[in-house]
Amino acid sequence: MSTPGNSALRKTVYWGTHYLMIAAFVVFALFPLYWLLKVSVTPNDILYTEGVRMWPSRTTWDNYTFVMTQSNFPHYFMNSVIVSGSTAFFTCIIAAVTGYAFSRFRFRGKIIIVALMLITQMFPLVMLIAPIFRILAPLGLTDSLTGLIIVYTAFNVPFATFLMQSFFDGIPKDLEEAAMIDGNTRFEAFRRIILPLTLPGIAATLGFVFTAAWSELLFALMLVSSESASTFPVGLLSFVSKFGVDFGQMMAAGVLALIPACAFFLLIQRYLVQGLTAGAVKG
Amino acid sequence: MASIEITNARKSYGAVDVLHGINLDIQDGEFIVLVGPSGCGKSTLLRMIAGLEDITSGDISIGGTVINDLQPKDRDIAMVFQSYALYPHMSVAENMSYALTLRKTAKEKVASAIENVAGVLGLNALLERRPKALSGGQRQRVAMGRAIVRQPQAFLFDEPLSNLDARLREQMRTEIRKLHRRLGATSVYVTHDQIEAMTMADRIVAMYNGIVQQVGTPLEIYDRPANIFVASFIGSPAMNFLEGIYQAEGDKAAITLEDGTVIPVLPSPQAENGQHITLGARPEHIDIVQDGSRPAVSSNVELIEPMGLSTLVHVTLAGKPVKIFTLARPDLAIGSQVQIAFNMDKTHIFDRQSEQRLLPLNEPRHTQQT
Amino acid sequence: MDGEQAVNTMTDVGNRPAARRGVFSRRVSGILEPYYYVSPALVLIVAVMLMPLILGLSYAFRDIRILNPFSGGFVGLAHFQTLMHDSAFLGALVNTAWWTFGSLFFQFTLGLVLALLLNRHFVGRRLVQALVFLPWAVPTFLSGLNWAWMFNPVVGPLPHWMVSLGIMETPFNILSDPDLAMWGPIVANIWFGIPFFAITLLAALQSIPGELYEAASIDGANTRQQFFSITIPFLAPTIAITLMLRTIWIANFADLIVVMTKGGPADSTQIVASYIFTQAFRRLDFGYASAIAAVLLVLLLAYALGVIALRRAMTHADS
Repeated sequence: MSTPGNSALRKTVYWGTHYLMIAAFVVFALFPLYWLLKVSVTPNDILYTEGVRMWPSRTTWDNYTFVMTQSNFPHYFMNSVIVSGSTAFFTCIIAAVTGYAFSRFRFRGKIIIVALMLITQMFPLVMLIAPIFRILAPLGLTDSLTGLIIVYTAFNVPFATFLMQSFFDGIPKDLEEAAMIDGNTRFEAFRRIILPLTLPGIAATLGFVFTAAWSELLFALMLVSSESASTFPVGLLSFVSKFGVDFGQMMAAGVLALIPACAFFLLIQRYLVQGLTAGAVKG
Repeated sequence: MASIEITNARKSYGAVDVLHGINLDIQDGEFIVLVGPSGCGKSTLLRMIAGLEDITSGDISIGGTVINDLQPKDRDIAMVFQSYALYPHMSVAENMSYALTLRKTAKEKVASAIENVAGVLGLNALLERRPKALSGGQRQRVAMGRAIVRQPQAFLFDEPLSNLDARLREQMRTEIRKLHRRLGATSVYVTHDQIEAMTMADRIVAMYNGIVQQVGTPLEIYDRPANIFVASFIGSPAMNFLEGIYQAEGDKAAITLEDGTVIPVLPSPQAENGQHITLGARPEHIDIVQDGSRPAVSSNVELIEPMGLSTLVHVTLAGKPVKIFTLARPDLAIGSQVQIAFNMDKTHIFDRQSEQRLLPLNEPRHTQQT
Repeated sequence: MDGEQAVNTMTDVGNRPAARRGVFSRRVSGILEPYYYVSPALVLIVAVMLMPLILGLSYAFRDIRILNPFSGGFVGLAHFQTLMHDSAFLGALVNTAWWTFGSLFFQFTLGLVLALLLNRHFVGRRLVQALVFLPWAVPTFLSGLNWAWMFNPVVGPLPHWMVSLGIMETPFNILSDPDLAMWGPIVANIWFGIPFFAITLLAALQSIPGELYEAASIDGANTRQQFFSITIPFLAPTIAITLMLRTIWIANFADLIVVMTKGGPADSTQIVASYIFTQAFRRLDFGYASAIAAVLLVLLLAYALGVIALRRAMTHADS
């Protein structure tokens, strides 16, 4: 038997360890981001001499000003916003409709379609670049934002569909049946009753897809050749090649590029866990 | 309001038949209860009327119009679900007006209809709330209100009370009955609870294994069950069953139990001497005879359950448990012998093979329907 | 509306033929309905993923070199024969196993620990949750560049820390040491991948009914016993599926390696996926790259089927 004092001590030790480990995870997660920030505000002349100091003796916003005013970065940034936003939007619509069908209907060929979607998750995507280029080029969709949006949407639909399906599985069938009896067709019931209830799930999916599209480099690099259609990751690489490697400017651009993705992610990460839980409860 | 005719309706999922040819005529304004254990097909039948399940073959018509091909939205029926299925993102008023707005009903009409129904159901104070902020009983009322506002041709209820606690369920039972008397709406009500069926129905449809076992008024079903299933499913405490052999001579007949005990019954022209029989007697139709005034058989007292108003005495007869319901408070010791007598007019005999009831001489067959 | 017409012309039940037709049309539209819902996704996936895949597989049997105008001919199994004797490819296979299971082990273990920590209520939990999930939102090549930077002794703190911890004698860049270089991308990958496991496992943890733990503690189970008798069995399905999907995903995930080491030094960090990239976009030999990709796809499919078969065998053995 443990005495009350003993158990209080154990509790303290437990929570002490708990907070210590939490702190370790937070530090591990944030330190690289901190380093990114640090490099971006370090003046070029002391970048190497004070390379390993935790904080430089002088800081500067020059890198940021350069990136915002002298480079193509704002343009790349806009391209990325358009591509990621559209990809997230279209992926969510398609995944919602498909996920709903997976959740509610039994139909011939369903297993094949599900298997197809699972298998697409195994593709070494590198292998698809040349064939996709071959298919898109005659349609005038290479070197265009539209082409990127189509490709990204296709890549993200399978995972987003399974995610959306788990959200729909958590919503009782009775609701759309009641709506159908009240005077909706099934599709109207889906749109007016079921979809509004999955808003948290849709937010999570949006965030997921947005960050994925925001980060994508390979296809953006290979399918787009002109400056005017380049997205931000490609632009960031141009810092590496064009100006020698100007790390300060590159890191500044990187920090700026992190902002929308992180903001989006911070907003939706709560729904992500909630949404996945709702799906998991139903099994 | 309208009548509902179901003609030879079948339902199968692939090779599995869930409903085997249902025939049922529901009169205009009638309150019909479909009752049976889970998996008997009662909910499937209701959902076929609603249009939520396809009809594999046969016809269902409402008000003389075959509605097999119609979408649920075009059938002009309202349904109350077991889960209530209230739209969580709409207020009570919005839930209730949803169907009317879809039908493009004028705003003033919608408002007055909702006010009216909310008044009847006591929901006035809750109209702006979301379903989340309501108690179980209140949600149930909103679900009812949503159905009533529409003034549909027929109401369908899918176990609407099974999520409520016992007291509330009892209260809602009477309330639904009163509403029905007031609205006079054709209603089909599905439940697995035989008390709900007995207390609410104009006519009960007892179902088992996808087959209608019997259709009749509650008392017809209770007093003259068509077969062992109906006899055992309806009534609480349940009917006692004992196995024996039928013997008749002249206008007298009796069942000989396994241990030789003889119990007199009404003779049946459908039974033959030596036929294997299951004898059925409701607990209230067996009497404890302590003064030797009637011929009786001897049994062992196992347990006595006093319930205030009544007493339930458990005995063994021919090695089988038998329950006896009595309003008296008999002075019996557990383990002692007690003389019991079966009320001959109320004791049923069933063929053990077919499980159908064998009718006594003067009873017409009109409630039979299989 | 033909549905309404059908009804209007047959107010009596006896009018069978019309009824049959109506049933037929409603049934057909009912059967077609699911396909309306899935068709946009299906068209997109077939056009943008399946067709390119088939085209890509056909490249594996052809001589496709971008800068060679005489290429394009059919070469049969030649690429695969070359592959059998390509020591760089065989090395890449071994590296892929290291890369995949090294990353996966730490991502999963640390992700599980993090999920367990976040599953308790504590002050500031929501903020912590948002912060520790953040690495996932960082574009992968940016985190690759950043980690490469941090491993550099001139501008990064990590080598100096390792010296102070006594792991290293003098600060040097592990990315340029063939024996250690793989750990660079693996660490970056762990950093990037912990949130995925934490989010998925946390969601699974939160769906375990609380009564189970109450019942177990009434039965006298201590925390450790509860963990092994309730938590782990409940998480098992989620763990199995996420581990399988992630294994495949990581094996295909070349971005960090391409950005941080380009497969070097001396091919010591070359995994199959990055080798495909090198063949395709540095040597512009798409035929050979496709052949490698085809082999990788087959290996991953075999792995997935093996895992599924194993799981099925195990669940059958249980019942």
